[in-house]
Amino acid sequence: MRSGITKQIERAMTDVWDVASGFGLDPFPTHFEIVPAQMVYEFGAYGIPGRFSHWTHGKAYYNMKTMYDYGLSKIYELVINANPSQAFLLDTNDELENKMVMAHVLGHTDFFKNSAHFAPTNRRMHDAVAASAERIARYEFEHGLLAVERFLDAALAIKEHIAPTPDNAPPRPRLATGQVDGPTGTPYDDVLAIGAEAPEPEPEHAHKVPEKPERDVLHFLITHARDLEDWQRDVLSIVHGEMLYFLPQMRTKIINEGWASLWHYRIMEALDLPAAEYAQFSRMHAGVVAPGGRMHLNPYYLGFKVLEDIERRWDSPTVEERERLGRTPGQGRAKLFEVREMESDQSLLRKYLTEGLIKDLDLYTYKLVDDEWQVAETDWRIVRDTLVAGMDHFGLPQIVVEDGDYRHNRELYLIHRYDGTELDIRYAERTLQHLHLIWNRSVHLETIIDERKVRLSYDGRRNSKTVI
Amino acid sequence: MADGMSISESDWSLHRKGPKDQARHQEKVKEAIKGQLGEIISNESIITSDGKKIVKVPVRSLEEYTFRYDPFKKGGVGQGQGGSQQGDVIGQVPQQQPGRGRQPGNQPGIDYYETEFTVDELAEMVFADLGLPNLKEKGQQEILSEKIRFTDVRQQGILPNLDKKRSLLQAMKRQAMDRNRAASLGLPGGAVPAAGPDDPGEGGADEAPEGTGREAVRIRKDDLRYRTWDITHELERNAVVIAMRDVSGSMGDFEKYISRAFYFWMVRFLRTKYSAVQIVFITHHTEAKEVDEGTFFSLGESGGTRVSSAYSLCLETIDRRYPADRWNIYPFHFSDGDNWGDEDNARCVRLVRQIIKRCNLFGYGEIKEEVYSRWSTSSLMGALGEIKDPEFVGITIKGKEDVYPALKKFFSGQPVVA
Repeated sequence: MRSGITKQIERAMTDVWDVASGFGLDPFPTHFEIVPAQMVYEFGAYGIPGRFSHWTHGKAYYNMKTMYDYGLSKIYELVINANPSQAFLLDTNDELENKMVMAHVLGHTDFFKNSAHFAPTNRRMHDAVAASAERIARYEFEHGLLAVERFLDAALAIKEHIAPTPDNAPPRPRLATGQVDGPTGTPYDDVLAIGAEAPEPEPEHAHKVPEKPERDVLHFLITHARDLEDWQRDVLSIVHGEMLYFLPQMRTKIINEGWASLWHYRIMEALDLPAAEYAQFSRMHAGVVAPGGRMHLNPYYLGFKVLEDIERRWDSPTVEERERLGRTPGQGRAKLFEVREMESDQSLLRKYLTEGLIKDLDLYTYKLVDDEWQVAETDWRIVRDTLVAGMDHFGLPQIVVEDGDYRHNRELYLIHRYDGTELDIRYAERTLQHLHLIWNRSVHLETIIDERKVRLSYDGRRNSKTVI
Repeated sequence: MADGMSISESDWSLHRKGPKDQARHQEKVKEAIKGQLGEIISNESIITSDGKKIVKVPVRSLEEYTFRYDPFKKGGVGQGQGGSQQGDVIGQVPQQQPGRGRQPGNQPGIDYYETEFTVDELAEMVFADLGLPNLKEKGQQEILSEKIRFTDVRQQGILPNLDKKRSLLQAMKRQAMDRNRAASLGLPGGAVPAAGPDDPGEGGADEAPEGTGREAVRIRKDDLRYRTWDITHELERNAVVIAMRDVSGSMGDFEKYISRAFYFWMVRFLRTKYSAVQIVFITHHTEAKEVDEGTFFSLGESGGTRVSSAYSLCLETIDRRYPADRWNIYPFHFSDGDNWGDEDNARCVRLVRQIIKRCNLFGYGEIKEEVYSRWSTSSLMGALGEIKDPEFVGITIKGKEDVYPALKKFFSGQPVVA
């Protein structure tokens, strides 16, 4: 059933906005679209509306739909980082649900606008992804659905191995303009250069490529894979660009959700709801910020708790904090806004996940012992450090490009920066196959298995494993 | 309305991106399953089912491969309900089911896709490329095929199917009737009201002189008759499958299982695609006998093995009931190849030579678990191997996953060429 745009929704919107502004929130202008559930799964599955077609998106869509159909999850809110921000309301929401979603969404759009981590993101990304999707559809038409799909499979296999800035400067343009008299930087440089003294030929292999180990594997492939066709390079760039856009969201899941949950809570409390509605809201809120499970944490809950704790500690500092740190009481709100501007999940937890919080929340580390998962450590420092370290590179193994000309044979040599946890070897071998499709030469990955250095290779025909 | 917020609602009913990519995903799931059919179809729970049963099929190839941590080596941080202690057990790794080699999916953190099929749906995929090889036209009955036949005549239809003769006859009959009626009413002959604006006739008065009986026939729309067709199933080619199964004591559980699995799919296949094909079931140990389907599939007896008994019963059955000039004949035999001495093997070779003169294809499947095959030198396969005729197809089955290739080889649907 369609709820439609009613006077009530518009009034609720005004109320929520006014309260949020009163609290000092400074969100992007936020546009809400009322959509059927199907569209919410779709936006959820694609991350941002209009993204290119790929079966992995279809799989995510199907999973979301199934979860929802079985009542296992309910997507309360969905908001796109853009200016103006775009958010979605389920057409089956009741008035109270809409209010809560709006309040929560304003928390997010405030975070998008003010968090330093989001500053470099493209605020017109939805246009960019739609344009990319169109290009990919055209490539499918020109080169065949299967060829494009196969290549996207490969690109997506390494999509997380990106960095906001590559470790190596992009290769300088080939043209040596320094040799030319007169103006340079014109479209005629190549003509003007005729007859000029030939530039010193760059010595081949004078230095290693890349000079330093490169964390942005995808970028390295875009700039150094030789056998790519234009459309393939474009596909890699599209995936790279979209992942850069998603990167701040991956880095700020806990603080962003915590921030939005904190503010939906405050805003709803300030709205003077009638008792029955307040009870309903409390149930919904408890569902959103429910404690985590035995083997995972709920980012909404953890973020909410940490931020609340920060506010409390800066509102009423202990005697020690007052004396030693010179903290004056009543600074909670100001501190919160500072945290929102500066911190990522990793820095938030490193700085503000205190001993008291870890005890209160009963957090622990766990590991596999024989066939059982067991609580490994409850010491607060170990728990905090494990949690913080586990967030390196979004909780994924860090892979770097070590050599793009391995064995002087243009083979690709990657190194897994081993951090104590081994790779899933079967997965790594299949991912090397994907990489080979892009690099078109043998690809190698150095890692550690059973405390021994091992090189996994794929030469286009078979995978192999060598102890180094 | 608030300055910073706005709201809208559009019609999203034509938006199909998610469902479209989902369809592609499902297509890939099906492809993946096709690649795994060999493993799937020899699954015990399928062989013993009635077709409506739902089978869960784990699909591995739809995993999205990335560089990731080994899910069993990667610990993490969790949250208890208070007072968690070092060593508290918070989860179990489900045990692998014993005896099932590579069974994905029952491990935490391993991304796999499980999909459900009924046995009938699986069968459809299994049978997609199967057919009876060397099928020839013989006799006049039995195997169904589709034919279009004009069987009926109607007043509506398309012009190319106009039945001119019937339309003319109809016009003459009607005219005669009209004349009689007009006469009885005392009207001038044939002066009945015109049939309407779409009357294809000349209209106006009848030009022929009354009572001559030679007036021109005028055809009206009502008179037109069209032929229509029916799709009929014609019985065309006769086929009989003679399924022979070794039930002797030397057939272990594995061998029995494989032969059952093969025949299970074979019978389903034949019943699905060739509803009228006849199947003769023969079991043998030292003696062979014809049995009904139920007995054939229930697990067997024990005793020694004399394969020639089955082959001679097969030959006898062919000659008595399915003469080769009228029937396509497909004998199949599954055994562990552990026959009663070379003498009987020689007899088998002679019999098979006689049978293949009469049949379209003789399929022999020897079931040998790999472990033993190395030192079993004398086997029926060794003896039958000297038969080089293209009608003889022998294969060795070493594991469950070979059942599907066996089906594909025996029922390739392609003519077997020497």
